[in-house]
Amino acid sequence: MSEPATSGPATSGYISSTGEPEPHGYSVEVPPLEHRPTLDELKERKARTRQNVETTGEILTVSMGPQHPSTHGVYRAVLDLDGEVVVDIRPEIGNLHRGVEKLSEERTYHQIIPITDRLDYLSSFAMNHGYCEAVEKLMGVEVPARARYIRTITSELCRLSNHIMWLGVHIMDLGTQTFFCICFRDREYILDLLEMLTGARLTHSFCRIGGVAKDLPDGFAHKCRKVVEFLPKRVAEYERIVKQNRIYYRRAKNVGIFTSEDCFAWRVTGPPLRAAGVVRDLRKDEPYAAYDEVNFDVAVEYNADVYDRFLVRMKEIRESCKIIEQCLDNLPDGPFLAKDSVHTMQLKKNVMRDAGAMIHDFYQVFHGPDAPKGEVYRATEVPKGEFGVYIRSDGGTKPARIHFTTPSFYHGQVLPAMARGEMLADVVAIFASIDVVLGDCDR
Amino acid sequence: MLSKEDLIPSRADKPVFRLAPYIIFIPAFVVMAVLPFGPVGGAPNLFGYRFDYVIANFDAGLVLFLAMGAIAVYGIVLAGWSSNSNFSLLGGLRAGAQMISYELAMGFSVVGVMLMAGSLSLVDIVNGQAGNFWNWYFIPQVVGGLIFFVATLAELNRTPFDLAEAEQELVAGYLTEYSGMRWGLFMFAEYVNMVVVSAIVSTLYFGGWRAPLTVLDFIPGPIWLFLKICVFVFLYMWVRWTIFRYRYNQLMSVGWKILLPLSIVNLVVTAIIVSVTS
Repeated sequence: MSEPATSGPATSGYISSTGEPEPHGYSVEVPPLEHRPTLDELKERKARTRQNVETTGEILTVSMGPQHPSTHGVYRAVLDLDGEVVVDIRPEIGNLHRGVEKLSEERTYHQIIPITDRLDYLSSFAMNHGYCEAVEKLMGVEVPARARYIRTITSELCRLSNHIMWLGVHIMDLGTQTFFCICFRDREYILDLLEMLTGARLTHSFCRIGGVAKDLPDGFAHKCRKVVEFLPKRVAEYERIVKQNRIYYRRAKNVGIFTSEDCFAWRVTGPPLRAAGVVRDLRKDEPYAAYDEVNFDVAVEYNADVYDRFLVRMKEIRESCKIIEQCLDNLPDGPFLAKDSVHTMQLKKNVMRDAGAMIHDFYQVFHGPDAPKGEVYRATEVPKGEFGVYIRSDGGTKPARIHFTTPSFYHGQVLPAMARGEMLADVVAIFASIDVVLGDCDR
Repeated sequence: MLSKEDLIPSRADKPVFRLAPYIIFIPAFVVMAVLPFGPVGGAPNLFGYRFDYVIANFDAGLVLFLAMGAIAVYGIVLAGWSSNSNFSLLGGLRAGAQMISYELAMGFSVVGVMLMAGSLSLVDIVNGQAGNFWNWYFIPQVVGGLIFFVATLAELNRTPFDLAEAEQELVAGYLTEYSGMRWGLFMFAEYVNMVVVSAIVSTLYFGGWRAPLTVLDFIPGPIWLFLKICVFVFLYMWVRWTIFRYRYNQLMSVGWKILLPLSIVNLVVTAIIVSVTS
């Protein structure tokens, strides 16, 4: 893991520090070192902005959730309040537990893919993708180049849709209603693209072991390019509305400070970690799919508060647009599914024409892909953080044990540490800023 | 909404719980009585009788408006208190603190208008703004008018000051436990209040029922008042859907540190100018 950038110059060298304008009229601004808060400064700021909760005032216990408008699902937080100040939070999860991991043990590797959709249902392709990467690592399947590019495009579309939806919900938690509708309108363009590509708006199940389910449909590239060109302009509009709003600034700046040290201690990943000044992005650090073949920057901010988490996500939307554009430009020809009859499904169009393909299809559907003995762990960067898949296989077509390390689980437990000493209204802002989805958290 | 089940929590303070919606609902309508929506006094104009466009030509109409606003706070606090729910209690407390601190700024800003008109009667205040729109009080009282508008936002519990019912934090604040028509009464009162306050803003600062130009006097007064009310209701809605909500401590600091001193300065300046010119 990279050093926290707060203790020295930006490591990893992924930040372009030239400051030259890039496409979309946006340049990655790296503040000079002296303008970045050091870890000690952040700690001091954190101590200053939070109220001392050692008071002996009378405590009011409020149960926030599971049916509460801003717990984004069925998260329950039992709040101890001293007036408006939060003294303690006891989070309670598990209301959406569906036994995903146990279910997976009873299914072949192909059949697990639709289950992974239901983890983080707002970016389900990213979940499919992470799972398939792990299975491919276990089985040693080589993914063709075109499939890797299509996966990258779809993953980034999921990131876009997730971040835009996050923005709307986050802003609505702070009291603005119309902005939510604006974000949902823009998310619709991305969902249209995903629907065109995968046939579903939410649960895509588009990834396959060794590739993807379908090739890009006709006209997709053109439509996608249009959306990707238009979204950065929309992001600029969001920033005009939100970033420069004085009330938003006062509600978000220096609220919920969570330094890089805290992030490491609590295994916080993804945008909250990058907002704390840590250059850590698995797309760069452990490249998968086509991420090592495209050029993009890691979005980093340094103040570790709600405001910077917003800035990081806005930057990530722009970077995702860049990635998609490059993938569409360099999209290689070739098959979109590996020709590996032991591990991958056959193309449906061949199944009815070719006896060999039919036999293999029958084998894959009724028996399943044969996996070697062993265990693997593969982590990918999903919109909410790092999504790790651990598979232990005793051979055969079903995993002996499968474990999903989902970002929302870790982010959900962080709320007490992040919000203790803040005010009641900040709990909502902070909880939204770490972007928890309960399907992802409870599994 | 009348056909919906009306639930009363078993551990609620039942008489107060039942009473609270009325305490909010009635004052909202009472203020309408002192509101002139057309010319008052003068020659007989309807079947030989004098017909006034005001229900009660009350000398202290402005005070009645402020008093009714203060009574509505009781409704909210009692609703929050009697529900015996934590969210309601927090909402009620927030509303109480918020409305008291904004009422001061509102009261002070209104005094400026009172000084200029030399009367507390809304009828006289409208008469004091006779003529074209540059005689309206929003030009000399621009600071007071802005403070009054902001304070009414808080008085109405609309964003950015809707802390009492902040739905993302307190579910629905003081009306969390209400259902059926009791809830309906709260909502009804909130929107009636919005219309009434819009009417008060137009009466105090924008000439009430008067036409912006005397040439347009052939259009009856109630229509002008209606149009002005529509504009302000639109403004309130617009703000409510666009602006973020303040945090509790920020709300208090806006009220006490910015609006209150400004309104006092406005009052002093107005008083000096009025006493010098008269």
